[in-house]
This record gives sequence, structure tokens and C-alpha cells, in this order.
Amino acid sequence: MQRLNNWVRGFLQYRGLLRQLVMRDLKIKYRRSFLGYLWSVLNPLMIMLVMTVVFSTMFRRNIENFPVYLLSGQVMFNFMTNSTNQGMRSILGSAALLKKTYVPKYIFTLAKVTSCLVDFLLSLGALALVMLFTGVRPTPYLLLAPLVLMQLYVFCVGVGLFLAQATVFFRDIQYIYSVITMAWMYLTPIFYPVDMLPERLQGLIKLCNPMYCYISQFRGVVLYGWMPAWHLWAYGSLAALLSLTIGIVSFLRSQDRFILFI
Amino acid sequence: MVKAMQNDYAVRVEHATVRFNLAKEKVDNLKEYCIRLAKRQLMYQEFLAVQDVSLTVKPGEAWGLIGANGSGKSTLLKLICGILKPYRGSVSVRGSIAPLIELGAGFDGDLTGRENVFLNGALLGYPQKYMEEHFDEIENFAELGQFLDSPIKNYSSGMKARLGFSVATMVRPQILVVDEILAVGDAAFQKKCLARMEEMLAGGTTLLYVSHSDASVRSICTHALWLNRGVCMAQGEVNEVCDAYQDFVKTGKSGRTKQGGV
Repeated sequence: MQRLNNWVRGFLQYRGLLRQLVMRDLKIKYRRSFLGYLWSVLNPLMIMLVMTVVFSTMFRRNIENFPVYLLSGQVMFNFMTNSTNQGMRSILGSAALLKKTYVPKYIFTLAKVTSCLVDFLLSLGALALVMLFTGVRPTPYLLLAPLVLMQLYVFCVGVGLFLAQATVFFRDIQYIYSVITMAWMYLTPIFYPVDMLPERLQGLIKLCNPMYCYISQFRGVVLYGWMPAWHLWAYGSLAALLSLTIGIVSFLRSQDRFILFI
Repeated sequence: MVKAMQNDYAVRVEHATVRFNLAKEKVDNLKEYCIRLAKRQLMYQEFLAVQDVSLTVKPGEAWGLIGANGSGKSTLLKLICGILKPYRGSVSVRGSIAPLIELGAGFDGDLTGRENVFLNGALLGYPQKYMEEHFDEIENFAELGQFLDSPIKNYSSGMKARLGFSVATMVRPQILVVDEILAVGDAAFQKKCLARMEEMLAGGTTLLYVSHSDASVRSICTHALWLNRGVCMAQGEVNEVCDAYQDFVKTGKSGRTKQGGV
């Protein structure tokens, strides 16, 4: 109880730092580019255009509104890979700082994932544009989208924390993780419909791939105007909490030894 | 009486030992780790940077840490700041602490001086509002003029030090930890910094000060602690300890080991 109390006090004291770090990331990212924040919107939009052209011959017949289908999955998955990759490097990247001042170390990981979230929210502007353009009618279920994004954010914070602490001790996790995310992307129905896969693989993906769950929920509320099934909510929230727990526990257990390795 | 005195402390270090792994080849990746695990070659070469050091600093006291390079002075400071955790023993600190292990450690080269002031303030745990209120004071003390709005990467090391010192001392910590940082500034600025430190001492700030300048330790500090290869050789009144250290440096051996003070 005492520890929790201390933790909350520490967080309140340093939430200003969290804000400063997020602002720093965004400023540095956009300061030197001519179009500034517009890139967050333009980038997914252009990738979506390329991919739509590439895949339109392959899958278009099976999927209604392919551009929105593709873009909604793609921005979600990109957020996951970006935030976990940046989170993974957050501790090593702040090594100089961690050696010289005392701050709660998780703040750096949290800040990276959060700045990716801001980026992601901007890129939703691209999705809104495409939805408008292709004539998707928004339904009241759209208001549930923040709940879906919340699950994904919590999930990514957990994965980021776990990877950040593991990378301090084993630097080559970075290389392994890039292979994992590639496989993960192909095993997530981003540019193909899930029922295209053999049935056993489908079952496996639905069971073991939280990204499938988040993307399905998201497409449900933005594209199809569905209320996502309760088991998707339950599975998604559980996966997020499980990831967060593993992340926090592994991080807390090893954070005192970071200084000896960075 | 004794008990009451023991309870009145700003920093208390009890039998602290810090251990590092000095193994020649540091294993920091999974591949090496597996190979060495299989070959049973996971080496661990122990190095005790600080051995069984005890120290009690009362509020308002100024302690100088002296000793040759590599004797564990900075390690002891990092221990007190919470950057390192003791391998054995304990450290407790009462009051807010501003570590000046390296000036401008928290500066980001891509941000301007102005933005860095807020980032650095946040790193020290101060809210943005507080920093805004004291911004003019910081600006005046650093004397950077027009450069305040250019990116820090274009600053000279002396300019960075000015800004770093201004921020760290402006936030009015209860405990100020200074590690051999004034060496970079020009003579005028060094004088200004010493004056500021004396002013803070007069205001009741506790100081922990590492310096190789015998004169500055004697003039600022009331007490001193002499470390040699991680072992505390003497602690107590500043002139006695400094004399003992100077004797040691001249003759190459310790004339007396005096445990005075606390």
C-alpha cells in the first residue's frame, strides 16, 4: 500500500516530465519538415494509395470498401509496431540521462508510446478523409472507438515496457523483434480478409493474436457500424491487462540493474 | 540526546557497498549469453567501487568529497541521488535533491535553450508553472542573451554549463549535489557559481560537493570525507580531513586515519 502510494505520488510529480518528453518527440519530429504535422496524415494516406493499387487486383472482389478496410488495419498495426519499437529503445536511448539524474525510468517508455499515440491520432485524420471520400456512413458505434484505442494503447505500453527492460540486457532483441513484427503483420488480416485463411490458422489467429481482436473491433465500429461482440471486448481488455502486468512486473524487477548495463 | 541527533539528518548512508561487474567481455546480447551459458563461461568479475561507507549529513551542512580519480566519489554521489542502488547497506535521503552530476545532462541538442529549461526543470521534478515563474531569473543568471532561442547543439560546453547550473540551482533544492562541474565555465562564471552556492548554503541548503580543488573544498565545506579506492579513509571537520589527504598525497601513505565528526 505504501509502495503504491509512493508510486502515485512519483507519477503525479513527474507527469510534467511525461508531457515535456512527448512534446519534445513531436517537436523534433515535425520541426524540420515543411509540411509539419500534415505528414502524419499524408504518410498513411499515400501508403494506403499504393497498397490499394497493388492489392486491388488480388482481394478487391472479396472486401467491400477496400481502402477503408486496409487503412483502418494499417494505422492500428503501424501504431503497434512504432510504439513498441520506440518503447523498446527508450531506456537505452536515455542512457546518458539515466546515468546522471534520478527519474522514474518507466516515464521514458511511457513517453515514447504516448508520442506514438499522438502521431496515430493524427493519422486517423487520413482515415476520416478516406471514409468521407468513399461514403462510409458514421454510426453511433463510432463513439466506442476510443475504448478500442484505449485497449490497444494499454497493450502497447505493456509490450513496450517488457521489451525496454529486456533490450537493456540483451541488445539483439531489437533484431529479433523486427522479424517478429514482420511475421506478426502477415498473420494479421490487414490487407486480406481473415476467412481467406485455412480454418485452423484462422482459429489460431483469433486465439493468439490480440492485434486481430483490436483491428476487428475497430473495423466493426468505424467501417461496419457494428457493436463488437462481447467476447472481443473481453479478450481485448484481458490481453491488454495481461500485457501491462507482464510489462510492469518485469520492468520493476529489473530496473535497478539497468544502470550497470547501459 | 543521541537518538534525537540521529534522527536529524538530510542524507544518511549506512555501510553502503556498490558492486560493478568488471568482466572484460560484457555479455549484453542473447546470442553471446546462450553461447556462454552452454560453454559455462558466464564470467563475473566483481569490483567494489564503494566499500562499507557510512555517512550522516545533517541539514545545512556542506560536505566535500575528496580523493584521487577512481576512488568512488562520483559513485557515492550517484548512490545518494538514487541513480545507483547499493549492493549492501542502505541510503536514505530527506528532502528534495538536485543532482548536478553533469551540467545539462538532460539537454536535448535539437531543442532550443528555452525549451530545454522546461525539459530540465521537469527532469528535476518541477511543474511547468513553477518554471515559468522563475524563467526570468534563470535567463538572467545564465546570461545567454540571444542564444537562448537557438538549438542547444550549437552551444559551447561553457554555455551549456551556464544554463544547466542556472536551472539546477534556481529550483531551490533542499539538497544540492555537485560533482566537479564548474571546471568548464570561465573564471567569472565559476566565481558566480561559488557565490550562488554559498548563498544557498546560507539559506539552509545541504551541499555535497566533489572537487579536486583543495582550496574550494576548504572554503565552501564544513565537513569532508576522503575516499581511497572505495574505502572511507577519514571523515570529519574539513581542514583535518583535507590535511590528512594532502599528507597522503605528498608522502604516498596515510599518516593517520581519523574518524571524527559524527
